[in-house]
Amino acid sequence: MERIVFYILALIIIIFAFASVTSRKMLRSVIYLLFVLSGIAGVYFLIDFNFLAAIQLTIYAGGIIVLIIFSVLLVHHIEMRLEIAKTTRKITTGIACLLGLGVFLFTIYSHKFNVVENSLTTNVDEIGTLLLSYKAGGFILPFEVISVLLLAAMIGAIIIAKGNRLSENKAQTK
Amino acid sequence: MIAGITIYELFTVTSILFFIGVYGFITRKNLISVLISVELILNASVINFVVINKYLYPDILQGVLFSIFIIAVAAAETALAVSIIINLYRQINSVEVKDIETMKY
Repeated sequence: MERIVFYILALIIIIFAFASVTSRKMLRSVIYLLFVLSGIAGVYFLIDFNFLAAIQLTIYAGGIIVLIIFSVLLVHHIEMRLEIAKTTRKITTGIACLLGLGVFLFTIYSHKFNVVENSLTTNVDEIGTLLLSYKAGGFILPFEVISVLLLAAMIGAIIIAKGNRLSENKAQTK
Repeated sequence: MIAGITIYELFTVTSILFFIGVYGFITRKNLISVLISVELILNASVINFVVINKYLYPDILQGVLFSIFIIAVAAAETALAVSIIINLYRQINSVEVKDIETMKY
């Protein structure tokens, strides 16, 4: 049963990822990305990390997709078709990517992983305790650094997107 | 871990996803499409962290925490990139890669 579900999810992820990088309509490309991210959340549910799947669904599928859709609608006409790369460039890039994929898969399949058979589940409180613990192996410092980073990114995004229209207008009125 | 699925199959899926992202990153000519490709690459790396955590070291949680940090950094990066794209569109009326010639206007 889990095998079948995993294969369906893998097929969804790969097909929609490919459609998302090759589609010529911008908005469709973003919607295909939404399907890819939902499929990845399904993989997290299968692998029994429910908290991570919830994060994936809320932040990626809920937040980032909406942000990208907003920017697409602010910048493009919906019906506009994208410029596509030259065929020779596509073919050379495809061959290079296939070569790289071959190297990756050869390395992965020639290495023997010693997999630990288990069926442990993780609770959210374990993650929270580890995230806020300041003992050895705790993650309190990166947690704080991430919070400062998010604040800095928020202020930076406001300042950059505001542009200089407002300040110019003020200077003109003065 | 997923019953009946080996770690090799999961790594195959994430490798394919990563290289689809690289392909899109090189061939697309539009800044928003480049952003979408970067999201695909980041997601492939997040799945790798989670899978290695679950299959090889199930009794510790480092991989999950690192993937939470990666998701947070990706969210910050997307917000900044979208604001830069909108500002660029205001300045030069285009978001094509070939039209962006100078770093400072």
